[in-house]
Amino acid sequence: MRKSNYAFHLYMVLFLLYMLLPLVVMGGAAFNDSRFPSIYPWQGWTMRWFIDLWNDGRMWTAFGNTIAVALAVVAISVPIGTAAAILINSIAGTTRTVLYSLMVAPILTPGAVIGISTLLFWNRLHVPAGLHLSVLGQVSYIAAFAMLLVLARLQSFDRGLEEAALDLGASHAQVMRRILLPHLYPAIGAGAAIGFFQSIENFNVTLFTRGTYDTLTVYVFSKVRSGITPTINALALILITFTLLCAIAYEVRRRAVARRG
Amino acid sequence: MSDLLNRYGALLTTIFILLTGFWLLMLIVLPNIYLFETSFRPYLPVTEIGGPKDVFSFNNYFTFFNSPIHMNVFLWTMVYSSLVTVICFLIAYPLAYYLSKVAPGHLLPTLFLLLFIPLWVSEVLRSFAWFIILALKGPLNATLLGLGILDEPIRWISGFRGVVIGLVYTYVLFMLFPVFNAIQSLDTNQIEAAEDLGSPWWRTHLRVILPHSKPGIASGAVMVFMLSAGSILVPTLLGSTTSRWFTEIIQQWMFESQDWNTGSAYAFLLLILCTVFVSVVMRVFRVKLSDIAK
Repeated sequence: MRKSNYAFHLYMVLFLLYMLLPLVVMGGAAFNDSRFPSIYPWQGWTMRWFIDLWNDGRMWTAFGNTIAVALAVVAISVPIGTAAAILINSIAGTTRTVLYSLMVAPILTPGAVIGISTLLFWNRLHVPAGLHLSVLGQVSYIAAFAMLLVLARLQSFDRGLEEAALDLGASHAQVMRRILLPHLYPAIGAGAAIGFFQSIENFNVTLFTRGTYDTLTVYVFSKVRSGITPTINALALILITFTLLCAIAYEVRRRAVARRG
Repeated sequence: MSDLLNRYGALLTTIFILLTGFWLLMLIVLPNIYLFETSFRPYLPVTEIGGPKDVFSFNNYFTFFNSPIHMNVFLWTMVYSSLVTVICFLIAYPLAYYLSKVAPGHLLPTLFLLLFIPLWVSEVLRSFAWFIILALKGPLNATLLGLGILDEPIRWISGFRGVVIGLVYTYVLFMLFPVFNAIQSLDTNQIEAAEDLGSPWWRTHLRVILPHSKPGIASGAVMVFMLSAGSILVPTLLGSTTSRWFTEIIQQWMFESQDWNTGSAYAFLLLILCTVFVSVVMRVFRVKLSDIAK
């Protein structure tokens, strides 16, 4: 048993290297003074790819668009997901199964299909392609994540609390605001965070619905296809560093909470 | 429904229904029905839409079934997505078992944190990373040549090789997490009981752990297959001249030919492929939709 455990530990380490080394290679190439992005052969250190990136106006526009889309997606999909979870939690039987299947279907649908159907349908309603359609397309599946998170949280909710509040004369709005929502806040927060990251990463839905606008992923994609320079690596390194900082901040907070609790 | 009214009143209930209704109707059901409808209409100039030529037909689907090239691409997309799914399972299963039953508990949060990092880096950058690594004069070949493992550089990005490598890297975590969750819920006493009764390790896995992790495997398989078959980035960045992916043909119809009708027929075929895969997995693993989407 001992021996096999060593093999397992080794496998875990190898897997982590497999997951993380490509990111290191990509980040490292941002400092290589070579016109083609690579870490081999090493041509010496440079910071010019970061300067080029800073001066790239198209990148900044794409960055702004990405953040705007992500915020809009969160603002729409979290209320929808929460409402849908509360609704589906109060019904049973076939209706529930059908509604539930419809709600999770977008998670199991390829992004290209969501993108194309959103584009065609809203075009039919005379809404042209653009970032607003990207928002709607992304909401269709990101709301499902919010719904699943809130629905899971609702399972641990004591419905007696609501009845008690109503008996004591609370209004419906008060029950919602003071009793139900506070219980759901962790799930709503997680839904918002997941939705934000999902939206930033999204490519497939955005590609078909964006019209002529760029988001960060579309910008990177077009750069990689047409004459790549290591500016993309510089961007990648910044994004990975940002992710790492978020991860570390989360971990530090978790440890602090664990120590207190 | 009356329960909702009692608890939250007419106004809030109406808001819930409107929000859910908007989502289900305007973002899910109607767009898909319209996609289906469009796929049966001919591609016409704007002035002729609604005119005498605008009739339903199977022509867009015949375009597919009359094109051996497109059918081939569809078939290979299906085959290689299945292969990616299987490889992901083979890599992820021992890890999922390790994380849930072997790894020391205090390490788990750190391990998961490290595993989550690549998940937060967007797909386009992850395929780009492999684009650099797999280059003919890239770091991978240089390392292998330097170690004396290879005598001459390998052209990694040829055939479907680059695509499979990229897809496995990008989606293996979507297999790992559901399988981990499933094994996590297995009572360790059951494993010990099997061992005490003299079961060799492989039989314990085959008879106890694997059957218990079925819902997780089903969930992971569905996600990996769907994401692979529907991937646009990986096949474009890591594909060679001989590895065409079905999504690339859909893109061609949508962007180069501007023929949205045939494009929607092809998109619908992709949707059918994924739906069939989901139902086959649900049948084979005897799981419900609510087990898959968690």
